[in-house]
Amino acid sequence: MMEKDKKASAEQGLSGQSTEHNQENHLMLSTPIAPLEGLPRDMLPKRKQEKTEERLHVLSLLVENKPGVLARISNLFAGKGYNIESLCVGETHDPKFSRMTIVTRGDSRVVEQIEKQLRKIIEVVKVSNITDVPHVERELLLVKVSAMKEDRSELMRLVEIFRAKIVDVTLKTITVEITGDKDKIDAFLNLVKPLGIKDIVRTGIAAIKRGE
Amino acid sequence: MGAKGEAVRKKEKVTGARVVVETMNHLGIDTLFGIPGGVVLLLYDELFKFGKIRHILARHEQAAIHMAEGYAKALGKPGVAIVTSGPGATNAVTGIADAFMDSVPILVITGQVPTYYMGNDAFQETDTTGITRPITKYNTVVRRVEDLAAEIIKGYYICQMGRPGPVVIDLPRDISSATTELFIPEKVDIPEKFKSTGNEKQIRLAVESILKSERPVVYAGGGVISSGASEELEELINILGIPVTLTLMGLGGFDGTRPEFLGMLGMHGTYTANMAINNSDMIIAIGARFDDRVTGNVEYFAPLSKIIHIDIDPASISKNIDIDIPIVGDAKIVLRRLLEIIREEIPKSEIEKFRERIKPWLKKIDEWKSKFPLRYNKSDNIIKPQEVVNTVYELTRDTDTIVTTDVGQHQMWAAQYYKVRKPRTFLTSGGLGTMGFGFPAAIGAKIAKPEKLVISFSGDGSFQMNMQEISTAVEEKVGVRVIIFNNGEHGMVTQWQRKFYGRRYAASVFKVQPKYAALAQAFGAKGYEIKDPAELKDKLKKAIFDEPDDIPVIIDIKVDPEEDVYPMVPPGSPPTEMLLS
Repeated sequence: MMEKDKKASAEQGLSGQSTEHNQENHLMLSTPIAPLEGLPRDMLPKRKQEKTEERLHVLSLLVENKPGVLARISNLFAGKGYNIESLCVGETHDPKFSRMTIVTRGDSRVVEQIEKQLRKIIEVVKVSNITDVPHVERELLLVKVSAMKEDRSELMRLVEIFRAKIVDVTLKTITVEITGDKDKIDAFLNLVKPLGIKDIVRTGIAAIKRGE
Repeated sequence: MGAKGEAVRKKEKVTGARVVVETMNHLGIDTLFGIPGGVVLLLYDELFKFGKIRHILARHEQAAIHMAEGYAKALGKPGVAIVTSGPGATNAVTGIADAFMDSVPILVITGQVPTYYMGNDAFQETDTTGITRPITKYNTVVRRVEDLAAEIIKGYYICQMGRPGPVVIDLPRDISSATTELFIPEKVDIPEKFKSTGNEKQIRLAVESILKSERPVVYAGGGVISSGASEELEELINILGIPVTLTLMGLGGFDGTRPEFLGMLGMHGTYTANMAINNSDMIIAIGARFDDRVTGNVEYFAPLSKIIHIDIDPASISKNIDIDIPIVGDAKIVLRRLLEIIREEIPKSEIEKFRERIKPWLKKIDEWKSKFPLRYNKSDNIIKPQEVVNTVYELTRDTDTIVTTDVGQHQMWAAQYYKVRKPRTFLTSGGLGTMGFGFPAAIGAKIAKPEKLVISFSGDGSFQMNMQEISTAVEEKVGVRVIIFNNGEHGMVTQWQRKFYGRRYAASVFKVQPKYAALAQAFGAKGYEIKDPAELKDKLKKAIFDEPDDIPVIIDIKVDPEEDVYPMVPPGSPPTEMLLS
């Protein structure tokens, strides 16, 4: 019996009235009842979606220090087709946790989506996008420069100017260690390039927020 | 967050396998689905000795996982499965991915080779946690027997909390054979990953915006079912009279026979639902994720509409579509608060005004409903698939029924024509679209709810992907009713080939088919074959109701292979270009 009542009400329709238009009601409305009905495709309005730009993002993550965690994190970037430009990871003062600094280039909307996904990972404790927050960035570079006798003084001058350090010397090469932000390291590399670079190893950026 | 319960501590030394069994028992797990193998033999031995946990022996690991999913979906409690290492685990992958896409809480224990062999390409070794990492909420290899109980408890809670999903615990053989003092902790620390109460300000803003709208529509998904928010949704509609459309996963979240229900939306949604969404000025999205099968081309998706999005998963918000009023929280809790505000703070007169204002909109919707209902041409010569769903619906509408589906045309017809009235009674594979899901899921559902009638709509393509499970159903005396829409082809594929590939039916038509009724009998089940439209109803009635409840029945129905699913929003097109036939 109840079934039948329900069915009857369904047939009666939503508004409980006949489907003829009620002009008075029309006038109360700011737009037509079905503004898009019957519009050809080229006249249809489009949904406004915020556009965002591609840029570098620096993400700082606090994660559980366990196997598999890094793979889970890097999977999210790979899934979106995003390259991790650099990744720097190490234990914190509490050995149960690690701090990761990830630098990636991408659309802000997609990076925000990745951040949300990162926060869902059980082993991820905290995610901060510190790109626009005051922070200190440092990277360590080891560079092996070909340095024959005539180039050595030039190289050593550069090392002094950049407050770098010579960590290994052979008859033909000098290995330099330098830390700094990305700009400083790029500048140094530019200057030693003409001497002939044999090999480079960069750690990627480690970053920490300024202030308390 | 902590998983609480009485701690259990016994001085006696037990094996890791025993710890698993005791912990499961402690958690109230009384049903398992699975298949044994080398590295889980010890675990099975302990289960055998323990004797209090029912184990359903599936015939393929994929099916075991779908059973666990069907069980979880029907019951609202995690489904638990055990598989062995290597091929056992890789066979389970499809099921795990399915549960991940559709947010189904399942806990899967996979066997693993001993820790000292891991990474050495040992017999039946596979990097299970590596393979399942992108399709699980959490997975881990247990490397210390002392951690075992805590990891299982952790997994059991993680799979249910927030947005549910699968968890895999990989258990190396030497850990299950190692001995330890039995200790099941009272509390396990699990990080709080989800906020369940929505932001108060946002909820108030939502109420305000809804009451200002002129063409509102509720778009609800599987989240309404997971969070158990159907009653709250119903009450909201009782008060405000807003029309409701549901996603495929949301079916049952709102009574499909109510006049406010517009049918499913999306690619194969009803004309009314799609037009209502498209023309709306306010969408209230609840526990849905703006999937591409729902939105179609996002440029054309409800271009004039403001969107409120209530979802437990912040990553679902503004993923595909920019959201105006996001509310991160559990649908049930957020809706409760929203209703409280409406009941306690909004004057009756304002509600009246709102209902009066949306009347022309409702009238327009009624007009769409009567002008463009779901329709198909009946035939006296050949059975129309839609007719099958209609007939089953008419036969079962007064019986407590759970419907499961496989994937393809029959799934869409089931979603369109079967009027689902209650949550957890329409179980389907939405996100992953896994053919072979329906039948094992039905077995799992019937085991969870033995008192209910369980019907599985399937296609001949889908059914052949897991038909070995007839054995399991017969063995376990699970009397599900499987209805095969037999069109001799992969119907959804031929539909697309007909529409978009110049009728070139590449690899989509079966040249050879088994006789499903005879096959059922060979397995010890009952088989029916129906060809004549005139006998459809009587034979279906007999097969569904007259056969005993402890025997599965496979009903092979020859349906019109030329029939296509309509309406259809062609990919990339706006809903205004929906094809109706």
